[in-house]
Amino acid sequence: MVKNIIEVEGLSKSFNIASKDPGVKGTLKHFFKRQTKRVKVIKNINFQIKEGEIIGLLGANGAGKTTILKMLCGLIVPSEGSISVSGYIPYRRTEGFLKNITLIMGQKQQLIWDLPPIESFYLNASIYDIDKFEAKRRIKKLSDMLEIQDELYIPVRKLSLGERMKSELLAALIHKPKILFLDEPTLGLDINAQRNLRNFLKSYNSENNSTICLTSHYMKDITSLCKRVICVHNGSISYDGKLEKLLKNLSPVKDVLIVCSSEKDANKLEKSGFKVKSKVKNEITLKIENRNVSSSLRSILNNYEIEDLFINEPPIDEIIEKILVKKKYTF
Amino acid sequence: MRKIFTLLKVQYSNMLEYRVEIALWAVSGIIPFFMLNIWTNNNLNEEININNTMLSRYFLSAFFVRQFSVVWVVFSFEEDALLGKLSPYIIQPLNPFFRYFTQHIAEQITRFPFALIIAIFFFLFNPESIWFPNLIFLFLSFISTFLSFLIQFLIQSVIACLCFWTEKASSIERLFFIPTLFLSGLLAPVASFPNYVKSWIYFTPFPYLIDFPANLLSGNKTNISEGFIMQIFWILLLFPLFTKLWHEGTKKYTAMGS
Repeated sequence: MVKNIIEVEGLSKSFNIASKDPGVKGTLKHFFKRQTKRVKVIKNINFQIKEGEIIGLLGANGAGKTTILKMLCGLIVPSEGSISVSGYIPYRRTEGFLKNITLIMGQKQQLIWDLPPIESFYLNASIYDIDKFEAKRRIKKLSDMLEIQDELYIPVRKLSLGERMKSELLAALIHKPKILFLDEPTLGLDINAQRNLRNFLKSYNSENNSTICLTSHYMKDITSLCKRVICVHNGSISYDGKLEKLLKNLSPVKDVLIVCSSEKDANKLEKSGFKVKSKVKNEITLKIENRNVSSSLRSILNNYEIEDLFINEPPIDEIIEKILVKKKYTF
Repeated sequence: MRKIFTLLKVQYSNMLEYRVEIALWAVSGIIPFFMLNIWTNNNLNEEININNTMLSRYFLSAFFVRQFSVVWVVFSFEEDALLGKLSPYIIQPLNPFFRYFTQHIAEQITRFPFALIIAIFFFLFNPESIWFPNLIFLFLSFISTFLSFLIQFLIQSVIACLCFWTEKASSIERLFFIPTLFLSGLLAPVASFPNYVKSWIYFTPFPYLIDFPANLLSGNKTNISEGFIMQIFWILLLFPLFTKLWHEGTKKYTAMGS
């Protein structure tokens, strides 16, 4: 049985947030008597992650995804509850823990801006006590996987965003962490770079059996990498389970476009009792429930002359939009 | 140790990218030479029983000590803490202050040739001031300059840690600027201060920042053992304070800006 590598129980986090009224009066009042309010941004959450899993944290801006990641990697201390990551308490930041994890933030960089990335790689290697020979081997392997061999010797400031992000990834993975925390890793990247990064993460996960915990607003990242998602809404978990199940339940129907051989056939199909979404000449789009798709298609193929057929999944973004606004999902 | 050495190498390569900026910084540190001019033109040196040559050597030494003890960690740290740049470093198995520490040392190494060129120009205009310090005193002044740097680095690191509680900790550092300027010996040798100032000034860290190492380098009279004891005393006082503040402060870290 695969063991849990991350265990979170009753986790909460509160911040003191200063509030100020607008205008000069508000500014003066704020100057003499500062008002702060305590805001609970994470509210008593529980979850476990198994070794080798890739988990997507989903939620609107400010839902609390990044705060959860920051607590998991030990950057911030929880207000209540407990976290165990690979047997360590993250906020204690013991050397054993730090050598086991990595955090990659799409909008933050650790590479030295004016030097080629190779300098930062060797620096990180020595910080993580990796000898030069082994570091060289790992840099070679990772740069091959990421396809950035030539970029290693160009100052970071001269690299494109995609090349920089790949270099950041290499710097963050040189110590072969078992657990990867990724906060918007594909932010700002073009479609090709996003796809390359996703492919890399997939192969890194399968090669090293590493656990990956990521947040992203690009749904393609989530759908192509994560089998399981945790949806965060206002600091609470609104859904924790298989992505497939969530999508299925939130989108129970498929759009089926049928190109009939004649308009007459299309008219006949329109009157046959299927739910019709639209009809243009000999093309008719039906809305068919997921569980009835195969039987319905069989009946259509047997009874009507058709030229072509397309099954369209509803756009994933539309489904995710539903997730972000709902408080709780129980299927 | 390997980590620190690699860090130092990388920081030195980085500093070489900024060599023009560093040369300008070195030039901007010539305040002791202005002070020398004021002192000699007004014959103020006679009042403190120190001849022109010794005074020139003192201010050149003060210039050198200053060049190798300049600290700006509070500003770098504050920016990194406020913009969230600290986050990746805080979860690495090396205290981020080592990055700042090696950054300073690398900057000093880069600065050295420029400081030397300025000293050569100084000797061209003041040939009577040329001297080569006794090797033992040269070594002692090197050690005391490094200790002076450590004291200043620790003072600023302590203040920098206050960023975890108050976002603009660098404003606290400004409180130290005036006493450092006036009491460290940068503008005048501490020996020239009135007796009532001298009665308490040696209990503060300031005279050990410039005056003590500069006196050692220039060959002026100074109490060597007392100077080193006080430098070590301040380091031993500041270091645990810094580690305590760092330990408590990181619990308060909110990883803003990320």
